[in-house]
Amino acid sequence: MAPDAGSARDTDWDGVRLHIVTGKGGTGKTTVAAALALALAGEGRRVLLAEVEGRQGISQSFDVPPLALTEVRIAHAAHGGEVFGLSVDAKAALLEYLQMYYKLGRAGGMLEKFGAIDFATTIAPGVRDVLLTGKVYEAVRRRRDHRARGPGAAPAYDAVVVDAPPTGRVVRFLNVNHEVADLARVGPIRSQANSITAMLRSPQTVVHLVTLLEEMPVQETVDTIAELRAVGMPIGGVVVNQVREEILTLDVLEAAARNAISPEDVAADLTRVHVRATEALVDGLLTEARDHAERVTLERDEAEVIADLGRPTYRLPSLSEGVDANGIREMAETLMAQGMA
Amino acid sequence: MVPVLDIDALIGNPQTCIIVCCGAGGVGKTTTAAALGLRAAESGRRVVVLTIDPARRLAQSLGLTTLDNTPRPVKDIDDTRGGSLDAMMLDMKRTFDEVVEAHATADKAEQILANPFYQAVSSSFAGTQEYMAMEKLGQLRLEADRDPDNPRWDLIVVDTPPSRSALDFLDAPKRLGSFLDGRFIRLLAAPAKAGGRAYLKVFSAGVNIVTKTLTKVLGGQMLSDVQTFVAALDTMFGGFRKRADHTYALLSDRMTTFIVVAAPERDALREASYFVDRLDEEGMPLAGLVVNRMYRVSAPGLSAARALAAAEELGDQEGDSSSGVGTSDVSERTAITQGLLRMHAVQAEIADRHESLAKRFIAGHPGIPIVEVPAASGDIHDLVGLRTVGDALAGQ
Repeated sequence: MAPDAGSARDTDWDGVRLHIVTGKGGTGKTTVAAALALALAGEGRRVLLAEVEGRQGISQSFDVPPLALTEVRIAHAAHGGEVFGLSVDAKAALLEYLQMYYKLGRAGGMLEKFGAIDFATTIAPGVRDVLLTGKVYEAVRRRRDHRARGPGAAPAYDAVVVDAPPTGRVVRFLNVNHEVADLARVGPIRSQANSITAMLRSPQTVVHLVTLLEEMPVQETVDTIAELRAVGMPIGGVVVNQVREEILTLDVLEAAARNAISPEDVAADLTRVHVRATEALVDGLLTEARDHAERVTLERDEAEVIADLGRPTYRLPSLSEGVDANGIREMAETLMAQGMA
Repeated sequence: MVPVLDIDALIGNPQTCIIVCCGAGGVGKTTTAAALGLRAAESGRRVVVLTIDPARRLAQSLGLTTLDNTPRPVKDIDDTRGGSLDAMMLDMKRTFDEVVEAHATADKAEQILANPFYQAVSSSFAGTQEYMAMEKLGQLRLEADRDPDNPRWDLIVVDTPPSRSALDFLDAPKRLGSFLDGRFIRLLAAPAKAGGRAYLKVFSAGVNIVTKTLTKVLGGQMLSDVQTFVAALDTMFGGFRKRADHTYALLSDRMTTFIVVAAPERDALREASYFVDRLDEEGMPLAGLVVNRMYRVSAPGLSAARALAAAEELGDQEGDSSSGVGTSDVSERTAITQGLLRMHAVQAEIADRHESLAKRFIAGHPGIPIVEVPAASGDIHDLVGLRTVGDALAGQ
């Protein structure tokens, strides 16, 4: 793929049009996906941010009303860029799909009446995922002018960002079309599944992983990268979220870990600035420092594991005020500064 | 006053036979389930913990090194009170296979297990995990009851699949039940059952449209594969249905209780609210909420603002005295104290934020018993760590 001619900046993912964001639950993948969408929308681009689990995490992140089944603009980026939001719904996607490809008319309603739509979207395992990825596929391929054809036609969206299921389920989610293609040996479903699989494995797609500097999220990141690789999915970057600013110097951390900070000295300092230096307070401060040193050591180990993955890595600072719409803009700036978008 | 979730009373009550831990992903559900199970076992209960997807090292500490879908005893627990602890990790494909084998004749089972649809559905499609977790719970319950005089277990602790699917977990039995009564499934099963076309004539024209459409969408080959699969499963449906209903009844029974686990973060608490409301709607018994990983400072007497002010003042004094009196030793020493104060300020702010998030949840859900579990400075991956969590759960 040729890099976008309109782009003045070099980013790590030039030429990528579909960014899939996953991570262990609790790592903040939804806010990272939102920040990435906003960052990609710089330079006047149009970006679609889609969620697939009906959580309404996007509307909450951007502080806009809950997303409906149509794509709505949820944020403006710098230089006229726009972010659109969509909560992909399996049932709507199926009906739309049937209408688009089979022009079903009355039969569509009949399927619904017989419970086939409910069956397909809620009960038949896997079909749901096929529909969700299918809708994403459609959004990536859509042209701004729907009559335009050929490679020169401008796409409806310059990039699509998907807030994907968490690490535990994402590989199954992304690989489901491949498995459907195995089941449907011939016919329209097979060709549709094949096209989706081909796009997901093409260089225009990457899967980014969000993690914290904690053992389990890092372990899941490592495992998921291996699993994605095994099914041929292109791996993107690793976003380390909620990185705390280090306040204590290495010397102080080491001294704290070794119990080598003198309580008397600390007490004397505290007294000088009129803090009542009770034994409990001084002990408390030293305990906090020791616990903190322990955590920093663990974090450093995890950071090494991430570095060993050899993937482009981005670090987002912990936002003390919690994440609101302004926080997401801040995160977007940071991602742009680090070259992710 | 906020009611306290009394974990020891809960696990000490012989009427409590099933505890289901639910909540968003990443809040520490599995750890909570394991800690509860361990505490109950060491207080004398005969416990089995069903985990869905434990962290590797936690699994190892429970002796779950092989994934064989069978409860295995956890070693090195304190069994002086006569308790025992078994743990298992759910293998959904295996669980599904076992259901098929138990409910179909041998040659029919073979036919089902070989069907490409069955293989895909049972091993890799999302959604199966929830059904199978419920199925396994039902099985464990049956196994526990087999000998009423000497039950293998008297308490089952269940960890639910992560995130949104935690709700599917609740819905799975009911959904399966209503699906099995559905017209669509009868339609799919019909041709194979009644010898094809002849059967369809009895139905309205609607059926024809539906089958035609399905053939068009799925392709003839795939439709016939689906039909074979559905027809093959058809004989088992009675069993499936009965079990689904049974499991749902089990979940709303008085012997079952739910614990919602959350972390002091906006999203996790929002999910927790959702859960609490859903359980209430369904008439499912909620024991209370565990707010996990509450950040606490060791020097609570000093506020963040005061600590920052003190750090600045120390810096100012340092500046004043640099002209003569202060030696470099003293300034290094003061830098340490300043660092401690600033670090404390950051941590006190986090602790305050957690506290206020928890308070807001409490205000929004009056009357729900709560227990807060402080954050550990490292990861939990051994029995000692689980005991500490257990103590914290019990408010100790």
